[in-house]
Amino acid sequence: MSATANATLAHDHHAHDDHGHHHKETFITKYIFSQDHKMIAKQYLITGIIMGILGILMSVLFRMQIAWPEESFVIFKWLLGEKYAPDGVMTPEAYLALVTIHGTIMVFFVLTAGLSGTFSNLLIPLQIGARDMASGFLNMLSYWIFFISCVIMLSSLFVESGPASAGWTIYPPLSALPEAIPGSGTGMTLWLISMAFFIAQSLLGSLNYVVTVINHRTKGMSMTRLPLTVWALFITAIIGIVSFPVLLSAALMLIMDRSFGTSFFLSDIYIQGEVLAHQGGSPVLFEHLFWFLGHPEVYIVILPAMGIVSEIMSTNARKPIFGYRAMVASILAIAFLSTIVWGHHMFVSGMNPFLGSVFTFTTLLIAIPSAVKAFNWITTIWKGNLQMNPAMLFSIGFVSTFITGGLTGIILGDSTLDINVHDTYFVIAHFHLVMGISAIYGLLAGVYHWFPKMFGRMMNKNLGYIHFWITAVAAYGVFFPMHFIGLAGLPRRYYTNTAFPYFDDLADTNVLITVFAIIAAAAQVIFLYNFIASMFYGKKATQNPWNGTTLEWTTPVEHVHGNWPGELPTVYRWAYDYSKLNQEETDYVLPGQDFVPQNVPLQEHEEELNH
Amino acid sequence: MTVFLIIIVIALLGVTFWQMSKVLQLSKPKHTDDSQIANNEDNRKQAYILIAFTVFLYGLMLYSFWNHSSYYLPEAASEHGQSFDNLMMLSIVIIMIVQVITQFLLHFFAIKYRGEEGKRALFYADNDKLEFIWTIIPVIVLAGLIIYGLFTWSDIMNFDEDEDVMVVEIYAYQFGWKARYAGQDNVLGKANVRFIEGKNTLGVDESDTYAEDDKITSKLHLPVNKKVLFKFRSQDVLHSAYFPFFRAQMNVVPGMITQFSFTPTITTEEMRTTEYMTEKVETINEIREERSEDLMAQGDVALDPYEFDYYLLCNKICGISHYNMQMPIVVEGEEDFKQWLAEQATFEEYMKD
Repeated sequence: MSATANATLAHDHHAHDDHGHHHKETFITKYIFSQDHKMIAKQYLITGIIMGILGILMSVLFRMQIAWPEESFVIFKWLLGEKYAPDGVMTPEAYLALVTIHGTIMVFFVLTAGLSGTFSNLLIPLQIGARDMASGFLNMLSYWIFFISCVIMLSSLFVESGPASAGWTIYPPLSALPEAIPGSGTGMTLWLISMAFFIAQSLLGSLNYVVTVINHRTKGMSMTRLPLTVWALFITAIIGIVSFPVLLSAALMLIMDRSFGTSFFLSDIYIQGEVLAHQGGSPVLFEHLFWFLGHPEVYIVILPAMGIVSEIMSTNARKPIFGYRAMVASILAIAFLSTIVWGHHMFVSGMNPFLGSVFTFTTLLIAIPSAVKAFNWITTIWKGNLQMNPAMLFSIGFVSTFITGGLTGIILGDSTLDINVHDTYFVIAHFHLVMGISAIYGLLAGVYHWFPKMFGRMMNKNLGYIHFWITAVAAYGVFFPMHFIGLAGLPRRYYTNTAFPYFDDLADTNVLITVFAIIAAAAQVIFLYNFIASMFYGKKATQNPWNGTTLEWTTPVEHVHGNWPGELPTVYRWAYDYSKLNQEETDYVLPGQDFVPQNVPLQEHEEELNH
Repeated sequence: MTVFLIIIVIALLGVTFWQMSKVLQLSKPKHTDDSQIANNEDNRKQAYILIAFTVFLYGLMLYSFWNHSSYYLPEAASEHGQSFDNLMMLSIVIIMIVQVITQFLLHFFAIKYRGEEGKRALFYADNDKLEFIWTIIPVIVLAGLIIYGLFTWSDIMNFDEDEDVMVVEIYAYQFGWKARYAGQDNVLGKANVRFIEGKNTLGVDESDTYAEDDKITSKLHLPVNKKVLFKFRSQDVLHSAYFPFFRAQMNVVPGMITQFSFTPTITTEEMRTTEYMTEKVETINEIREERSEDLMAQGDVALDPYEFDYYLLCNKICGISHYNMQMPIVVEGEEDFKQWLAEQATFEEYMKD
């Protein structure tokens, strides 16, 4: 099988080559201030994983408090200290801080930077046939700004008045007034500064991705031949450029309100026996600005996962992705709609009810391209020859959780129904399934699939299987029952539910959820072990372990600066010629090999289908 | 209970690690295939596990619905709540049908078309007709839901100025609620945080004559079958006034007045005596008794037995005691309500006191 694949490596040896592999690299230029996109991708991934461990650990801590309210745990004492867990009992301050920082870390640092940062960097140049990003220097800069942002966010955990605790949505006035909650002191300042850095890195990265995709595609790589991963990452970058600056302006205005006495978001406030001077601002304005980013943000999170899953499903089903054009069109439709639906977070914010109607309409429209995608994935595996690699299992898991979580969006997107489930656990269950778990599955699928490309070694598949099955069972175990306690009217962000005897009979369900959460978190240790051990001791990977068609599998296993040692490959076909038969339908196009890499010219009598 | 659960978690983790080491052992020398790429054997095994997972998934869905039948919110106690419940039921039925079918197809295909050496996948890249079908079906279903939803939404939110309603202000602060009845004139006196001084904790404008007959209470009484227009005001941060039993919610925003109106239809007494509520309260009291025994064993005070009351709670993170910001609501017959209201002091009397 590999004999033909190697045809792809027939390099033109007299090709010009001023790209890198002669000049000396020091440890610092190779591992730290690297401008090589593959190294930067690894830096993003590893930073993302570290942040992910912290974020998940936080969720376990506050889930324990919800299940066993105000009980003493030694682990709280160890991790939170005497101040936030006197005698091992978590304080409400600590609970709200954990909830807030968990959300911030998971949404921004893990699922935005960790997912899109990793795979945009790794895959865009490799899959479009480019030597590197358009600007390696900006790329390096964006990682290091991200790093600074992480450091600032984590350092806020250690300030005296505690980290930001107003929820990850940081609605003012709560987030603006240290009198309202201690976390809105120095902790909130650091949160805002960290976010400013984060937005800067995101913009630098996104601009780079967009320019690279537009300008650096290799010969023959037309837009309609791009793998869906690249399409998804490309559109994600564009949404980021459109929406992140708005969050920056909201953050700046909040900083002004907090520190310089302006009144963008504050008006008529009486707190701790004093009337504040602020007059004329509106917290609803902040909500608009926040969600103008906040909603596209969930698509920034999920689109890369969709791209990754499309790619992995097709490769492992040994079938072309079904409806390539529809897949691209639905990405574009989702991206466009994502910028005009933010108001569905604000149906009961006091916004004009007419606006609520408009946002209901646009929001439910998003279900259409999403449904098209789900059906196309299902059709992609129909009559396939499914290779059950861990990456494939995570992709199937993605489609499953995406459907389950997406469907409840029809309830939340309906302004009428949102009235009674708004801000309850129903919302938590919905968005964790549809963007949290799904995006994590996309990330993990990507790691299992492209690990050989990143580290030149294979991850252990059996550990991968165990990791997947425990995670899949536990993730549903956490979030499916959670819908129902939300329907029963249980609000989110409650330190304990014991203040309402009415909720007493929900306690068992909450314990069940927490037990599953602990199991799910523990299962990630298996992944972590597999990841680190395979990095050093994994089996050496072959050039194209999954028999993929895309260009990254034509590069040598050992990384070289510039990706291809010789000339850049030329592209002759789309990325999904799996199991394509020859004219007589006696054998595959390339005899004995069920895939045709993109850089193999059309064979005799072969037709290029107009996709 | 706790100890028991911790033991379960530890036991499960133990099983996990034991299984892991077993798999590791098995996977080592026996086979020569250590490529870490799924082979025939893996495809078969994973497909079997996938069958078990599918059973788990459907089991979990059934269990969740069954479990929910013991703690769902009782029937809506407000007029618009009926249409809310109908729309919710319709939406849940639709999404569960889609959920059951699509999850089945996904898992069934994944199991059925598991890889086998030598098997050929079907090269099937496109089909405009299929794409059209699954674009148009969601379009039709969603169009129906959107139209139904929007009609209900405008019924609930649009408030007719000429209607005969009772105006009540709900005032939110860290961490509690107050109600202000508009009094005889049914017009609330002007108010602003800048008027807060001494006893006047709600910042009502004392010079406004409309304010004189306003009545401030810390419990919310509502007459049954009478439309109430709530005006919400916050003194410090965002809160959200959530009336789960009445299917009503509105954020309370400092610096602006928001509103929501509904008509309560079931009195507290009626709700208490429904079959569902009696059973539920019984269960809750059993749980509380159990917990009380534990508490008393530790030398703490026992919990009070529970009696059902409607309540209003805060549903927007507002600070440290967000979890305990509640106000009881009593829905009663008009006579009872009038009598109760007559007993409350007017703002004028209250300030003179």
